[in-house]
Amino acid sequence: MGRMARRLAPQILTLAALVALVSVFFPNFINISFDGSRFVGPIIDVLKRSAPIALLAVGMTLVIATRGIDLSVGTVMAIAGAVAAWAITSGLGLPLTLALALAAGLAAGLWNGALVAIIGIQPIVATLILMTSGRGIAQLITEGRILTFSDPGFAFIGSGAVFGIPFPTVLWMATAVAFAVLMRRTALGLLIEATGVNRAASALAGVNATVILIAVYMASGLCAALAGIVTTADIRGADANNAGLWLELDAILAVVIGGNSLLGGRFSIAGSILGALIIQTINTGIVLSGFPSEYNLVIKAGLVIIILVLQSPNLSADWIYLRSVLLPRRAD
Amino acid sequence: MMKTLLTGAALLALTATASAQTVGFSQIGSESGWRAAETTLTRQQAEERGYTLQFSDAQQRQENQIAAIRSFIAQDVDAILLAPVVATGWDSVLQEAKEAEIPVVLLDRQVDSSDDLYLTAVGSDLVHEGRVAGEWLVGDVGDADCRIVELQGTTGSSPAIDRANGFREAIEGHANLEIVRSQTGDFTRSGGKQVMESFLQAEGGGAEICALYAHNDDMAIGAIQAIKEAGLRPGEDIRVVSIDAVPDIFQAMAAGEANATVELTPNMAGPAFDALEAFWADGTMPEKFIQTDSRLYTQADDPAGEYEARKDLGY
Repeated sequence: MGRMARRLAPQILTLAALVALVSVFFPNFINISFDGSRFVGPIIDVLKRSAPIALLAVGMTLVIATRGIDLSVGTVMAIAGAVAAWAITSGLGLPLTLALALAAGLAAGLWNGALVAIIGIQPIVATLILMTSGRGIAQLITEGRILTFSDPGFAFIGSGAVFGIPFPTVLWMATAVAFAVLMRRTALGLLIEATGVNRAASALAGVNATVILIAVYMASGLCAALAGIVTTADIRGADANNAGLWLELDAILAVVIGGNSLLGGRFSIAGSILGALIIQTINTGIVLSGFPSEYNLVIKAGLVIIILVLQSPNLSADWIYLRSVLLPRRAD
Repeated sequence: MMKTLLTGAALLALTATASAQTVGFSQIGSESGWRAAETTLTRQQAEERGYTLQFSDAQQRQENQIAAIRSFIAQDVDAILLAPVVATGWDSVLQEAKEAEIPVVLLDRQVDSSDDLYLTAVGSDLVHEGRVAGEWLVGDVGDADCRIVELQGTTGSSPAIDRANGFREAIEGHANLEIVRSQTGDFTRSGGKQVMESFLQAEGGGAEICALYAHNDDMAIGAIQAIKEAGLRPGEDIRVVSIDAVPDIFQAMAAGEANATVELTPNMAGPAFDALEAFWADGTMPEKFIQTDSRLYTQADDPAGEYEARKDLGY
C-alpha cells in the first residue's frame, strides 16, 4: 500500500494543488451539502462528470499497457448510445437494452482487436478506421436525429443516486475496482504488461499474446459502451454527432497524466483514474471560475503542460541531480 | 370536339413547359437535424411547385459541391440552389454558372464572391434572432431585477458571436437585466446540461438566476434537465429562452418547462423559389439578400401543435 501511495504521489499532489487553485477563484468549490436525497456540491459534480473520461481511461490503460492505443472509444460511445436509445424506444426493456449496448461495444473492440492482433495493422491506424466511420454508423441507427426517450430506469443511470452518491460515480468506481482486482488478483495484469514490453518474447514464453491483445481492445470497447450509456442516459437522448466527441483524446491524456507510458508495460488503473479526475477538475473549475469561454482551451492546455512538465522523467532526474549537488553542501 | 381536345392538349403542353423546371440543389450534408429538415422542406417545396429537384449531398466537402454545380451546368438546369460549406473559393464555378446563364441562389450561408455572380442569397439574420430573444425577455421580466445566465454556442462560431451580440443589444438600457454568467455549451445537449449544473452551483443553487438564454434549443433542453435535477422548476423559477425552434423545444414548452424560442426556419427554399419564379417570369432581379422571418414562439402559440407539425421533417 505504501508503495502504491508513493507511485501515485505526483498525481495526488497535482489533484490537491488543482483543487486549491480552483478554490482561489471559486471559494465554495469544496463545499458539499445534503439536500435530503443526495449530496450536492461542485466536488460531487466533478465526481459525476468524470464518469465518461474515467470509464474510457480504465479501458485505455489496458490498451496502452500493450503498447497500443484506441482512438475509436469516443465513437464507440456514440454507437453504444445510439443502440441503447434505439432499443429502449423500441420497447425492448432495460436489461436487453443494456445488453445490446454493451454487446455493440464488445463487437467494436473485437473488430479493433482483430485488426491489430490478427491482421497486424498498427493500433493507431486500425482504431482510426472505426473512429472516422463509427459516427456514421451511429447516425444510421439514430437516422441523423437526436433519439430521445423517457424511460425512468434508463435515465437513472445518468442522473440517479445511490445512498446520495450520483449513479455515474458509483458506476465508474465499481468498474475501476473490478478491473483493478481482475488485473492484480490474477496473472492477467502481468500477461498484459509482458505483451506490451515485448510481444514476441512473451509469445515465446507461452503467453497467448493474440488473445490478450484482442481481449484488451474488447475491454476498451466495453468501457466505452458503459461511458456511452451514461452519456446517453444523462441527456435522455442519443446525440450521434456529439456524444463522446474528442473524448478519446481526454482519455489518452488521463492515462498519460496518470503516469502510464505510451510505450506500454507497467500500468496503473488508479493512476489513470486520478488523471481523469484531474482533467475533470480542470474542466469544471474553468466553468465555475467564470472566465470567458475563449480562455477555456488555453487555460486547460496551460495547466496540462505544467502538469506534464512537472511529471517528466527528465525533470525528476534533473531534480535528483540538483539535490545530490545541493545536499552535500548543506552537510558541510 | 376536336377543338376542345386540341386546346386541352395545348394547355397541357403549356403547363408542362411552365412546370418542367429543373433545379439543382447542392446541400452541405446532414450534420444536424436542422439541415436534414432543410433538405426535407426543399424537396417538399419543389414537389408542390412541380419542379424536378436534382439533389446532391456534398458530405461537408467543397470539392463535391463544385463538382455537383459543374454537373448541374452540364445538365443545363434552370436554377441552382447552393448551401455553401465554406465562404471562399466559389468565384470560378459561379462564373461558369453565370456564363451558362443559370441563376444561382445561396441558401442559409453566404460566400465571399462578388454579388453579381449569384442571383440572391436567402438566410436568417443571426443578430436579429438574438435581438428577438432579448426583446421577449425584456418584455416578460418587466421592471423586476433579472440575473441572466447565457449558454453560448461554439466559441468563435458566427452564430455564437451574432446571437450573443443581438441579445445584448436588446437588453442594453434595461439596467434591471444583467448577464451574470456566460459560458460555451458547444451547441450540444450534454454541454448545455454540464455548464448549467455549474451555473446553478455558482449562483446559490439556482435561487439567484432569473433567466437562461441559450444560443440554441438543444443546449436549453440539456439545461432544463439540469434545472429539474437541482429541484427547481424550469419555465417558472428560471425562465428559458432559446433559438432555432426544433421540435423537442416545443415539447418542453407544452410541458411548461421552456418559455420562448426564436425560429430559424429550415424553409429557405420557399423564398428562394419565389424569387426564382419572378426572375423566370420577367427577369425581375430580387434583392441580394432575402431575410427569412425570425418568428418568436411562446407557450401561447400552441406548442403541442407545432411539435406535431415539425416532428417528421427530419430534425
